[in-house]
Amino acid sequence: MKPVIAENISKHFKSTAALQHISFEVDKAEIFGLIGPDGAGKTTLFRILNTLLIPTEGTASVLGQDTIRDYKYIRHHVGYMPGRFSLYEDLSVEENLNFYATIFQTSIEENYSLIEKIYKQIEAFKDRKAGNLSGGMKQKLALSCALIHKPKLLFLDEPTTGVDAVSRKEFWSMLKDLKQHGITILVSTPYMDEAEQCDRVALMQSGHIMDIDKPAGIVSKFNHRLFAVYPENIYEALQLLKTSPITHTAQIFGQSIHWVPKENFSEAEILNFMHSNNLNYKVDSPNIEDCFMEMM
Amino acid sequence: MRTILILLRKEFIMIFRDRTMLPIIFVMPLLQLLILVNAATFDMKNIKMFIIDKDHSATSLRLQNKFSGSPFFRIEDQSMNVEGGHNSLLKGNADVVLHLENGFEHDLMTEKQTKAQLLVNGINSRTAGLINAYTSNVIADFNKNVIIDNLHLKGDQMLQVNISSSFWFNPSLNYKNYMVPGILVILVTIIGMFLTALNIVREKELGTIEQINVTPIKKHQFVIGKLFPFWLIALFELAFGLTLGKLMFDIPIEGSLLVLFSFAAIYLLVILALGLFISVSAKTQQQVMFVTFFFMLVFILMSGLFTPENSMPIWAQRANAINPLAYFMRVNRMVLLKGSGFADIANEFISISVFALVSLSLAIWRYRKTK
Repeated sequence: MKPVIAENISKHFKSTAALQHISFEVDKAEIFGLIGPDGAGKTTLFRILNTLLIPTEGTASVLGQDTIRDYKYIRHHVGYMPGRFSLYEDLSVEENLNFYATIFQTSIEENYSLIEKIYKQIEAFKDRKAGNLSGGMKQKLALSCALIHKPKLLFLDEPTTGVDAVSRKEFWSMLKDLKQHGITILVSTPYMDEAEQCDRVALMQSGHIMDIDKPAGIVSKFNHRLFAVYPENIYEALQLLKTSPITHTAQIFGQSIHWVPKENFSEAEILNFMHSNNLNYKVDSPNIEDCFMEMM
Repeated sequence: MRTILILLRKEFIMIFRDRTMLPIIFVMPLLQLLILVNAATFDMKNIKMFIIDKDHSATSLRLQNKFSGSPFFRIEDQSMNVEGGHNSLLKGNADVVLHLENGFEHDLMTEKQTKAQLLVNGINSRTAGLINAYTSNVIADFNKNVIIDNLHLKGDQMLQVNISSSFWFNPSLNYKNYMVPGILVILVTIIGMFLTALNIVREKELGTIEQINVTPIKKHQFVIGKLFPFWLIALFELAFGLTLGKLMFDIPIEGSLLVLFSFAAIYLLVILALGLFISVSAKTQQQVMFVTFFFMLVFILMSGLFTPENSMPIWAQRANAINPLAYFMRVNRMVLLKGSGFADIANEFISISVFALVSLSLAIWRYRKTK
């Protein structure tokens, strides 16, 4: 039985369609990423899967149980970390953990092995109020609380939003550890570069899933030539490229511009164009973001 | 049961960690009782009087002395023309103007009757009525003396009905005995309703409820965990307020405290359920404040704290059937001042219990984890 099966899920809020005909499956002990910009419907989808919302259309089964009929079972066996820090800021680190352990009828000691690696890093601050922790520590505490009842499936809604680069890296390595414990992880993120960390990803845009595949699979479907252009003045060059008749797409990517020329122009024409405009460039391989933009 | 206990523990920890909580619980009742009970007085003292005496006779002076001798009146000023009196009324220097025409004494002696005019500031109709009554009393007394003097009778030779009245349940008509129980009701209601209403919506604002909703906590466990602490705090508040009332104002406690607290316990269920209902329907603390404030204002003004229920129009008295504050206001005064027991307030008990049942079910029905 697959831990998550969504079949043709749609959700409407009055006249707005937040989700339209979403279907996907997640395998056991897999890190499955929902990648998409804000407003793509990631949180709505999470809330349907973890029984907080009822879909307008379609059915979902989580851990083999129906999300509407068997919500009680699901609430017992999944862990959820909402996008916003949602533990009690007035309670200390330890009190929060204890509270969540108790309402799931377990104790910190019982499942300590699962959270040990994560909790160790904040244990020194266990008497500090959760509200006074730094962003990265809050995130670790939230993850510990979501794990304290040994869930079979973990929902992480934008866990790395607003967290520094080092903590983000750490966080992903923690998730890989959890995977070794056989926990299935469903994670959403607006950061395209994090897609590479997932086993499989679903690219979401305005309530639709555009593609589901392994990160490498998605990248391999990109069937254009892609160049990285390194101009002196990035904004001027971007304007130039965007208005040029040979450009298919051009967008800023860090210090460079990812540029895709139209198919019917030859290498010679491209070389000529670049030289005449005094631009340095090299052939580059596409990443998930390029694929995402191409699909939009 | 274990879940409820851990919820309660969490709630109490958070309540007492909140720095504003202890002052609210201990300082608010003290200030409310001290300020409101002393300020919201119905006693008329120092009524400012202006006298226009165009007569300047022995009789008019006697009437003047009658007023200046009364503890209720203070003669602000007097003049011989009408304008002076009117001006002082306009400027607010006088509450009442007594106007005695030229020939006041002469008419009394020759025609056996005379006239005096009374001008009362009617902005506050309640005080105006009282001033009118007090003044008429003084003049009636003056009349009696005039009659006695003119007939050359000794006081006891005149035939008259003497009324001696006694005020039951508040013999000295001490308005504090009337106000303190009323203020206590308001205190307990504010604490119960606002704290409950703000608490749950705060979890919504902070997002903590999102995490709680994806746990096996059951609806009733959550609701009990939320209501019980404030129920307890509000009951404590009643006890604390009663103690203060006894110590500071020596209010009578005629009835049994058991009756009073049993009623308060059920009454608070209604109030907390209303708070819960507002709170689960609202999205922000601001919304809660406004809605709660609106209800409180209507409930309090209709409750009979200032205006006796009996003097309200019939429709208002009927509407009060759904005003929980009116019930508690009545019961609190009946038990404290009159010593009413269970049997005397059985009707109120039944009504408030029905209320509690309905409002609690409504509030629990409205609270949903899934949308």
